[in-house]
Parts: sequence; structure tokens; C-alpha cells
Amino acid sequence: MVWYIVRRFLQLIPVFLGATLLVYFLVFSLPGDATAAICGERGCTPAVVAGLREQYNLDQPFWIQYLLYLKGVLTFDLGTNFSGRPIATIIAEVFPTTAKLAIMALVIEAVFGIVFGLIAGLRKGKIFDSSVLVLSLIVIAVPIFVLGFLMQFLIGVKLQWTNPTVSGDATFTELLLPAVVLGLVSFAYVLRLTRTSIIENVNADYVRTATAKGLSRRRVVVVHVLRNSLIPVVTFLGADLGALMGGAIVTEGIFNVNGVGNTLYRAVLNGDGPMVVSIVTFLILIFCLANLLVDLLYAWLDPRIRYA
Amino acid sequence: MSHSTGHQTAMPLPLLELRDLAITFSTSNGDVPAVRNAHLTVMPGETVAIVGESGSGKSTTALAAIGLLPANGRVSNGSIIFDGEDITHASEKRIVELRGSSIGMVPQDPMSNLNPVWKIGFQVRETLKANGLPSGPQDVAKVLAEAGLPDAASRANQYPHEFSGGMRQRALIAIGLSCRPRLLIADEPTSALDVTVQRQILDHLDTMTEELGTAVLLITHDLGLAAERAHKVIVMYKGQVVEAGPALELLTNPRHPYTQKLVASAPSIASRRIESAKKAGVRTQDLLAPSVTATAALDRVIEVEDLTKVFKIRGSWGTSTDFTAVDKVSFSIARGTTTAVVGESGSGKSTVAKMVLGLEGATSGSIRFDGVDITTLGRKEMFDFRRRVQPIFQDPYGSLDPMYNIYRTIEEPLRVHGVGTAKTREKKVRELLDQVALPSAMMQRFPNELSGGQRQRVAIARALALDPEVVICDEAVSALDVLVQAQILNLLADLQSELGLSYLFITHDLAVVRQIADHVAVMEKGKLVEQGTTDEVFDNPTTAYTQALLAAIPGAALELPPEVA
Repeated sequence: MVWYIVRRFLQLIPVFLGATLLVYFLVFSLPGDATAAICGERGCTPAVVAGLREQYNLDQPFWIQYLLYLKGVLTFDLGTNFSGRPIATIIAEVFPTTAKLAIMALVIEAVFGIVFGLIAGLRKGKIFDSSVLVLSLIVIAVPIFVLGFLMQFLIGVKLQWTNPTVSGDATFTELLLPAVVLGLVSFAYVLRLTRTSIIENVNADYVRTATAKGLSRRRVVVVHVLRNSLIPVVTFLGADLGALMGGAIVTEGIFNVNGVGNTLYRAVLNGDGPMVVSIVTFLILIFCLANLLVDLLYAWLDPRIRYA
Repeated sequence: MSHSTGHQTAMPLPLLELRDLAITFSTSNGDVPAVRNAHLTVMPGETVAIVGESGSGKSTTALAAIGLLPANGRVSNGSIIFDGEDITHASEKRIVELRGSSIGMVPQDPMSNLNPVWKIGFQVRETLKANGLPSGPQDVAKVLAEAGLPDAASRANQYPHEFSGGMRQRALIAIGLSCRPRLLIADEPTSALDVTVQRQILDHLDTMTEELGTAVLLITHDLGLAAERAHKVIVMYKGQVVEAGPALELLTNPRHPYTQKLVASAPSIASRRIESAKKAGVRTQDLLAPSVTATAALDRVIEVEDLTKVFKIRGSWGTSTDFTAVDKVSFSIARGTTTAVVGESGSGKSTVAKMVLGLEGATSGSIRFDGVDITTLGRKEMFDFRRRVQPIFQDPYGSLDPMYNIYRTIEEPLRVHGVGTAKTREKKVRELLDQVALPSAMMQRFPNELSGGQRQRVAIARALALDPEVVICDEAVSALDVLVQAQILNLLADLQSELGLSYLFITHDLAVVRQIADHVAVMEKGKLVEQGTTDEVFDNPTTAYTQALLAAIPGAALELPPEVA
């Protein structure tokens, strides 16, 4: 087990190198002069441009630029963005908001998805089952920006139950609405996954045996049906956590959340190379760690799986 | 608990009584009756067996007694009386009370009846707890030890996948009997296990239920096993009880035509019949499907010499240990005869079959087919070799592609090997279907529309499509009901005499071997421990292992009167 975890961490190294190289190359190949983005419409004097080029190593060939960047990362110095602010500080500033939003969305989708999926699975073919199936299909089919704007308009503007946008503080109540929107699509998937899994397990031989042992219906469902059914659901939730932590560009945009997604979006628009590469690398690492977490959870839920 | 006063009189009240029971399944095509007018009584401490093929309603009848019918099934008529109490329409609460503590169950398949994500101890403990019994670790260990699980205290901390099939079945028996029920429903408790394990488990179950005074309702498809274990046998056919009575009487004097057919074809009984007949001086050949004479045996189509297969088992920290699955096995198959390789699961017999088919490489040793060593063949020669050796696998449900219709399934090998034109291929498929006694109208159907026996006929037709010389049957009949099993064995024997086929028969079922094989090779833990002609091995088994295997055939303990034999 320990060996497995060590190996998984070692696997992060090539992933990290490959991802940074690829992203760095893509940003390097963007058309246009990077200094133009810094100087804005008025332009800079040639001396300033030359200074900037030297500061960000823009006068060096690609490989040198990349290796200098790597050197920075390995010494825990992500450098500064084009506005001169340390990138590490910016990430430290926006990541907690995104993490908070992601965890809220995950809790919402997990709790509602599993509960609704369980009930639908146990009452397969009944009215509750059919209605949540149709509803979840609608949620999956409608694009998230439509859902986002719709809920923002209805709940934030018309009913005024919450603020339509999120302030710099990003309080719990403010984040609730974007978290619901963010969790909605995954909620539909979790519901369907749980439902299918429950239906599969409820007819398993060991469930019948558990009933024959004299256990109450409640205990049979919770101990023997639900736990076994959660194995695929947990896999999905873990992968989703990685994706949510990466920031939801659309949702954060709609609700004006000052999170990772929004920051990355602005950096791409500004052609801020160092910033884009650093954020993307950070996100890749988070994603890999979330996947590792899923694999470990998986082994804990299903004792038949052993890593060596 | 309701107390009957019957135990004071000479005739005690029955423990379980089914009166005119009818069970109906509601399907999308309307109601389907599964069981009609089932009558059955089990006296306290008595063992009653229900015998029938799959689909006869035997399991459904038994499961109805503890309210375990599937969601679409219901009791549509009649009544279920347990210990004087009518529980036909008892509340869910009452049924839950009865389950475990008054009526226990040992299910059929030990592989799928334990929850894979909970430890064995946990699954025993919750049973004790649910029925209000002490459930400390020592109580759990005691229950498991009673069921014959060695080292019970530490075994309780293991998961089901760390147990062998036999150990799992012991755990399930422990669970079924843990709350001292007065009735135990044993639904084919050993049919998924090896014969020797089967025998041990059944013996243990017998001893335990006798000591505890538990009545047993045994459900089985094997009449021999039923007759050996039960006081009373009930034969079910298409949802109805067709015959009931004391076990031996039913065997010696079956009245219903279905029971007569069952008695005639049960492998365990057929095997006894041969033995009894031999004592009376009849030669085996006269009783069995045509078998070749000894002179033909000189032409050896397959010769296996010192065949060895070593698997590497991955350990922790990147280490690996060697596991010898097949250890220096040598045998040969004479043209036109049947050689059976017998052994329990894990003995390496299926690995031998895979190597002879060229599906698995050999670590060392040689397999000569018509004098050519197939372990050294190139791709092209291997392709040609495959034409001449064809397999039939165990599970006719898994070995046919569900997306291929029957025509395509049988025609595929012809097309792959570029045999004939579309027209001649169709003609050939018709011939093949005819040979395996299936109507050619079946060509357009899909595997899911066919019964197990029909599927296995399709598998045989597919294997014969390329006119092979050798057919390798890997447990080809063990997934089938006894009557179907007998039909398929007859078909294989007919095809052998008609086409001069040679069979390599891989099986764990010695009763089947006796009916079809000319030569037997017994494997134990990768080694070939005994071989010889079927008569030699059955009459004078030289190793203890073979003796144990023979003794474990269900019905071996039956003393059949001569008229049955």
C-alpha cells in the first residue's frame, strides 16, 4: 500500500513535466507580442520593451525560457505576472474561494444525488422514479450558462432571496446559489449513477441472503445495498472534485466569483503567459491528487481491490 | 412463537405445511403461473428434498415459505402453515421475526451470497444481533467453528474473497444455522462446489441438523443426492408436484413418466447402475454409447509429454513467486476415443485444455498433434492447426456472442477460414444444425431466445463447422440440467461414432466421466496422479485422491436394489 502511494507520487513527475511543457509551448506559440499586452494601447518606449523582454526572459529561445521557468517552480518561485504581482500570492488569494465553492457544490450533489438516487432505485418504475429521471435529463440537457443565468435572475433578482453576485468576501450564503448551479449537472449524474447501481444491487444474491438472515428492511438497504452501490458513485464524485477545484469558468463568471476560474480566464484574455502556465500546472496537480484520493477511497470501500 | 400441543400426542403436527400452494409471477405479458397446487409437509427434524430441473418451481416453492419471492411474484392461492400458524399473508414484521430464528436458509451459490465488502465475522454477527442472540467475537467464532471452519476466530476477520468456495459455503451454513432455526431451507447448497468438498459439506450439514433436531427442506436437481440425503422426496415438474414419497421407493418404483426419466438419466445413478451391472457380469460397453475397440487405440492423435505451465504471481514490492499450475503432465488421446481429465477446481485441468488448444503457451514439455509439436508452430501453421482442434466451453450463456444470430455464430469459423462460398456455407450450417438436432428455422434467432441445452447444441455445431478431428470439451455439460446433460452426452457420443471424432473431456464430475470416457486421467494440484481406462480407474482406484473423488459421487452410498440397477 505504502509502495503504491509512493509510486503514484512518482508518477506525478512526468505528468507535471509533460503538462507544463505542453502549456508553456501553447502560450509561447500565441500570436502577438506579449509586451503589447503589458504596455496597453499607449505603447511603451523601446527601452522599456527591451527591459520587459529581459525581465520575463522573452528574448531567450523557447527551451531556455521553459528551463528557467522550471527552475523557478522547483525553487518555489512561480515568478510574477505581467502586472508585477507574485503569482503564488494570487493563487493563494483566489484558491480558497474556489475550494469553498467546490466543496459546497460537491456536498450538495452528493447528498441530494445519493438520496434521490436511492429512493428512485428502490421504487424503480414508480412515479417518483420516472419524474426524477425526466428532471435529471432536463438538467443534463440544458447548458450550464442558461441554468446559471436563469437561477440568478429568478432567485437573485426577482425573488431577491440572495445577492445575485458574490462580493469579495465570498460568504457562505453568497456562495450558496453558485454552488447549487455548479452542483446541478453533477447532481443529475450522481442521481442516475446511484439509481442504476441500486437497481443492480438490490437483486443481488447476498441481499436476498441478508433478508433471509432476519435483518430488518432498513438494515438490508443501508448496510447491504447502499454501501455496495456507492462504489461507482464515489469514483465519480472524486473525479468531479478535481474538476470543480479547477474552477468553473462559466459559473464563476456569471456570479462574479473571484476564484481560480475567473482569474485564469482573465489571464488568457491578457495573454499573461506565466500566469496561465502556473495556474494550469497547479490545477493539473490538484486533479492528479484528487484522482489518487479516489483510488485510495476505492480500495477502502471495496476490500477486493488491493494495490501492490 | 406459537406453541402447538401436537408434540404431546403420538403424531406430531407438521413443522411446515404447504397446502394447494399456487405462485404467480406478473410479467409484461400478464400473469404467469410458476407453481400450481403444491402440497408438501415437513415434520419436525425431518429432511425433505424437492427435486426438479431449473424452472420447475422448486426454488420458488421453498422461497415462498420465508416470504422471499421476487418482487413480481405472489402467492395466488393456498396456504403456508408454519408450526400451526398460517403465515401465507403474515405481516412483514412477523416474517422478519421468523426469518433467521425460526426458518434459516443456506443459499445456492457461495460465490454470490456473501456481501463482498463486509468481513465474514460482520456478516455472522449481524445475524446473531438481528435475532437477539449474544454477538461477541467469541460467539461469532463459535458459530463458524461449528460449521467446520478451521481457525474460526481469525478467519472471521477475513473478507469473502479470501475464502475458497467450500469455506464460503461453510460460512453460509454457519449463518443459516446460527440462530438455531427449527427449519432450514437448503437451496442447492453444494451444486457450485467440487464433489469432494460437496460431500464434506453435506455430511457436516447432516450431522449438525441431526444434533440440533433441525428439519431440512433440501432443494436439488440431483435425484441421487436427494435419495441419499432425504427421508422423503418430492418431484416437481413444470410448477407441479408430480410425485412424492419415501426416497428409495421413488427410485425403485417411479410412477410418473418424468420421474422415470429422471431416474434413468441422473448421472450419479447411471454411474451406480454401471457398477451394479458389472457385478452382474455385464460389460460396460453394452450399457453405454458405442465405444471403439482396443485395436484402434494405437493411433494417437494427441500426445502430451511433460507438459508444464508456470505462472508468475505478483507479490508486493515488485517481487513475484512461481506457481506451477501444471506439472509434467503426460497423456495421449487415441483417435476416435474420449479421454477425460478429471480434477477439482485448481487442479490445473483447464490450463491443460487451454494449452492443448494453443490458447496458452506451455512453459516446457511438448504437445504433439499428429506427430507435430504445436508448441513450436508459427502463426500460419497455428491458424491451420486451429481448424483441426475445436473447443466447446462450459457456459453456453457466456460463450455465444449475444449480438450474433445463430447462423452467424456457426458460419463465422467457416468465413474466417475462407471455406466455400456464401451458398455452400449456408448449406453447411443447415447440415450442422441438423446434426445437432436443431431445426434450421433457428438460424435467425439470437442466443437469448434459446434454452441452455439449445445453446450448447449451437456451441457444438459451431465447434464442428470446420470438420475438426479433435474436440475439447471444457466442462461442456456441467452447467446443464441432468436431463439436458444426458441428451448432450448422447449427442456427443453419436457424433463421435458418426464422424470419428476424438474428445478431450475436462470435467470435475466423475459420474459424467463414467458415461462417456474411454480413458481417464486424474489431476491433483497440477500433477497427474492416476490414469488408465475408465473401468480400471473406477474399479481399482490406486491413489487415495481418486478413491476420495469416487466416494464423493452423490448416491455412492445408495444400495440400489437389482431391478433399478
